[in-house]
Amino acid sequence: MRFVDEFRDAEKAHALAAKIAALCEPGRQYKFMEVCGGHTHTIYKHGLEDYLPETITLVHGPGCPVCVIPMGRVDDAMHLAAQPDVIMTSFGDMMRVPGSEGSFFDAKARGTDIRMVYSPLDSLKIARANPDKRVVFMAIGFETTAPSTAMTLLRAAAEGLRNFSVFCNHVTIIPAIKAILDSPDLRLDGFIGPGHVSTVIGCRPYEFIARDYDRPVVVAGFEPLDILQSIYMLMLQLAEGRSQVENQYSRVVPWNGNLVALKAISQTMELRPYFEWRGLGFISHSALRVRDSYAAFDGERLFEVPGVRVADPKACQCGEVLKGVLKPWECKVFGTACTPETPIGTCMVSPEGACAAYYNYGRMHRQRVAEAAGTGGVTHP
Amino acid sequence: MTASRQPPGGWIAEALREHEEHEEHAGRGQPQRAGRRQPGAADREQQVLDRIDRARKRRPRVREDRITMAHGAGGKATHTLIEAIFLEAFRNPLLEPLEDAASLRLGGARLALTTDSYVVSPLFFPGGCIGDLAVNGTVNDLSVVGAAPRFLSAGFILEEGFPVADLARIATAIRDAADGAGVAVVTGDTKVVERGKADGCYINTAGVGIVERDAALGVAQARPGDAVLVSGPIGDHGVTIMLARGELDIEADVSSDTAPLNGLAAALADAVPGLRAMRDATRGGVATILNEIARAAGVGVDVSEDDIPVRPAVRGAAELLGIDPLYVACEGRLVAVVDGGQADAALAVLRGHPLGAEAQIIGHVTGELPGIVRLKTAFGGTRIVDLLVGDPLPRIC
Amino acid sequence: MMPEHPDLAKVDVSGVRRVINVGLLSDSPPQPGEWVLIHVGFALSKIDEEEAAAALQFLEGIGQAYADELAALAESRIE
Repeated sequence: MRFVDEFRDAEKAHALAAKIAALCEPGRQYKFMEVCGGHTHTIYKHGLEDYLPETITLVHGPGCPVCVIPMGRVDDAMHLAAQPDVIMTSFGDMMRVPGSEGSFFDAKARGTDIRMVYSPLDSLKIARANPDKRVVFMAIGFETTAPSTAMTLLRAAAEGLRNFSVFCNHVTIIPAIKAILDSPDLRLDGFIGPGHVSTVIGCRPYEFIARDYDRPVVVAGFEPLDILQSIYMLMLQLAEGRSQVENQYSRVVPWNGNLVALKAISQTMELRPYFEWRGLGFISHSALRVRDSYAAFDGERLFEVPGVRVADPKACQCGEVLKGVLKPWECKVFGTACTPETPIGTCMVSPEGACAAYYNYGRMHRQRVAEAAGTGGVTHP
Repeated sequence: MTASRQPPGGWIAEALREHEEHEEHAGRGQPQRAGRRQPGAADREQQVLDRIDRARKRRPRVREDRITMAHGAGGKATHTLIEAIFLEAFRNPLLEPLEDAASLRLGGARLALTTDSYVVSPLFFPGGCIGDLAVNGTVNDLSVVGAAPRFLSAGFILEEGFPVADLARIATAIRDAADGAGVAVVTGDTKVVERGKADGCYINTAGVGIVERDAALGVAQARPGDAVLVSGPIGDHGVTIMLARGELDIEADVSSDTAPLNGLAAALADAVPGLRAMRDATRGGVATILNEIARAAGVGVDVSEDDIPVRPAVRGAAELLGIDPLYVACEGRLVAVVDGGQADAALAVLRGHPLGAEAQIIGHVTGELPGIVRLKTAFGGTRIVDLLVGDPLPRIC
Repeated sequence: MMPEHPDLAKVDVSGVRRVINVGLLSDSPPQPGEWVLIHVGFALSKIDEEEAAAALQFLEGIGQAYADELAALAESRIE
C-alpha cells in the first residue's frame, strides 16, 4: 500500500537505528514522550523498541482519547443512555471502558440501546432512520476527532434534525502537555508530537515547549519508520544543543494546520473553563463543549446529567501511567487483576492505551541488549 | 441498574495481595520510576511477567453476570465461557481436548462428531450464503481432526415472516455444498419463532465422520522444531461479511473463502506422516489457532508477518477498519502443524490442491516462551500475538 | 468525486473503496488521484507527494549510507 509499506522497511530501520545509536552520548539516559496513543500502538505493534539502544526510553503520554475520560463521565454517559427512547452511539473503543456500573457492553447486555459507529455521521443516519427515538452521540477524542463532530453538528443543524444530540467529551492536547511539563515527577528530554492532532492544529501550538521549556518537539507520522526518524531528529537536536519544533510528518501535516477544521470546531464548540482528566485531574481550558447557539444539539443540556465525580478504583494507577511516571508493568494490578479482558482502568481498554499495547504486544522479556549490540557494532567497529 | 462488575475487594484485592507478597519477597517497596533503567529493572519486569503468567494460568472465571457480544467473538471471553461454564459442567475425556470435533469409538468404528450453529448476517454474501457455511463449516471441523465427513444433520430456526424463496435458496445451497463435499444431510429439524425473536434464519448442523488413519492429530502434539503452515490467504470471509453488512460504506472486490477442506486435509494426512494437527481458522482467525497450539502443547510459536498471506483488498479493508487480519475469520483455510523436516513436502501437497494453491509456511514451534505466540513484524521488530479480546465484530458465521 | 454531493468523495485503498466526507478540505478540495488521510469517515488532510518523496529520499539516503558502511566493514574484515 502506498505511503504505508515504504515506511515499514526493516533495512531502513536498521540504518536509522545505527544513526540513533551513534548519537547517544556515553553514560547519558534519554527520555522521550510520545504524546499520542496512536504512536504508542505503533511502537508496540511493530516491536519498535527492539531498534532502540537501552539508554533511550520512550514514555507513553496522555494522548489516548479513551484513556483520559474520567469514570464520572462514563457514568454520565450510562445515565444518559438509560433515559427513555435514547439510542446511544459511540466508537468501538468506548464499548469496554469501565464505569462504576460496568461498561457499555454490560449495559447493552442489560437491554440499553447502545450502538457502535465508525463515524459520527453514522449516528445521523441512525437518527434519520429512527425519528421516534433520541439519538445521542458520545463524542470523544482530541482535535483530530473534534472536526468530525463539528461537521456532524453543522449537518444536523442544516437538516433540522430534532432527535440528534452530542454528549461532548472532546479534549485538547496542549493543556495536557503543559500539565505534564509542569509536573515535578518527570524529566523529559523531548517530545514526539502527535501527528494526527497536528493535521488540525498545525505545529505552531508546540512552540512554547521549545521556547519556554527548552525541549525539542518533532511532530511524527504513524508508520514505524516515521517514529524512528523522529527519534533520530530529536537526538540530533539534543546533540546540536537545539530546541525546536520540527515536522517529520510534513507529507500530511501542514505547518498551519487545517483552517476549515478549526473554523468548524469554533463555530460549534467552545472551551470549557475546566475539565477532569483521568490521572491528570482538573485542567483548565482543556476540553470543548457545545456552543450556546447549538444548544438544541447538546446532550448535556437536553438531558439531566448527574455530573458526579467518581474516584478511580484504589488499585488503578492509570493516572501515573498516563503521566508517564509509571511504566505499564509497574502498576500494581497490571496483567493480574487488570487485563484487556477485564480492565480496571482505561489504559487497558483502548488499543491506544499504553497498558493494552504493552499487554497485547510487548509482554515478553526484552532481547534488546543483544540486538542493540548488533546494530551498535556497525557504527563503532 | 445493578452492578455487573464484582465490587472491588474480590479479585482486585486478591491481585493486590499477590503483588504485595511478591514485593516483600523481592525486598522492594515502591515501584521504580519509569525509564530509569537501573540494574535490575529488567529483572523486575521479568518478575511482573512471571506473575502475569501465573495469573493467566488460573482457572478461568466468568466475571460478567450477563452474556455480552464478546462471549461470542471467539476470543478470550469465548474461551473463558467455554471453560468455566461448559467444560466445568460436561467435563469428560472426549470433550476435554476441545478440538474442533470429538474423536470417539463406537462399536469398533472410530468416529468424529461435531456440531456448529450459524447465525451469519447478512444471510447472502459474495462467495456464498449461510447454507454453504452450514455445510462447509461442519465438514471442516471433521476434516481437521483427520476424519472423512459422511453424514450431516440440519436444524433450522426460522423467524415468522421469513421469505420462503430465501429458504429455498438456502436449501439449494446446502444441497450443492453437501454434494461438493461428498456428504449427505440425513436428518433435520424445523422451528419457527415469533417475528423479532430471531434474525431471519439460524441453522445448526451436526456432522459425523469416520477416522481411517491411525495418527492421533491434535494441537497438543506440536513440539519444538515443527513447522506451521496456512493453506491460503487469510481473512477473506470475515472482511467480506463486514463489508456485506453495508454499515461501513466500504466496498471491495473480496468474496468469502467458504469451501470444504476434506479433500485438502486428507491429501495432507496421507502424504505427510509427520502431520501433528490441523485446525480451520474460523472465528478469532489464525491468531487464535496459533494461541491454541501454544497453550495446548506448552510450546512457543514464532511466526513471521512477511510470510502470512493476506490479499491486498483484505489488508486495505483491515487497515481502514483498524483491525488485524490475523484475527479475521476464514471459512476455507486450515492451519497445519507438521514435523519440521516435512515442511516442504507438506507445502508441496497443499499447493498441489486447488484450495491450497497459495499455501505458505508461516512459522515454527519453539521450546522458548511456552504458551506465547511471537510475531516477527514486517518492520523487523518482535511482538506478542495474544488471543483476541472481545472485539465488537459483527456476526460472521 | 460525487457531483450530487459536493462533500462526498470515493477513496480507494488497495482496491477497497469507501465514501468519505471531504468537507474539511473545502479550502482546496482533493482531485481524483490525490491521496488523503482519513479519520472516522472524514478526510483530514491531503498527502503532499513532494514531502513524501523527500521523506523517502532521506530514508533511502540513510539506507544507502548504511549499506556502504556495511560493505566497507565487510571489506575491512577481509583484509
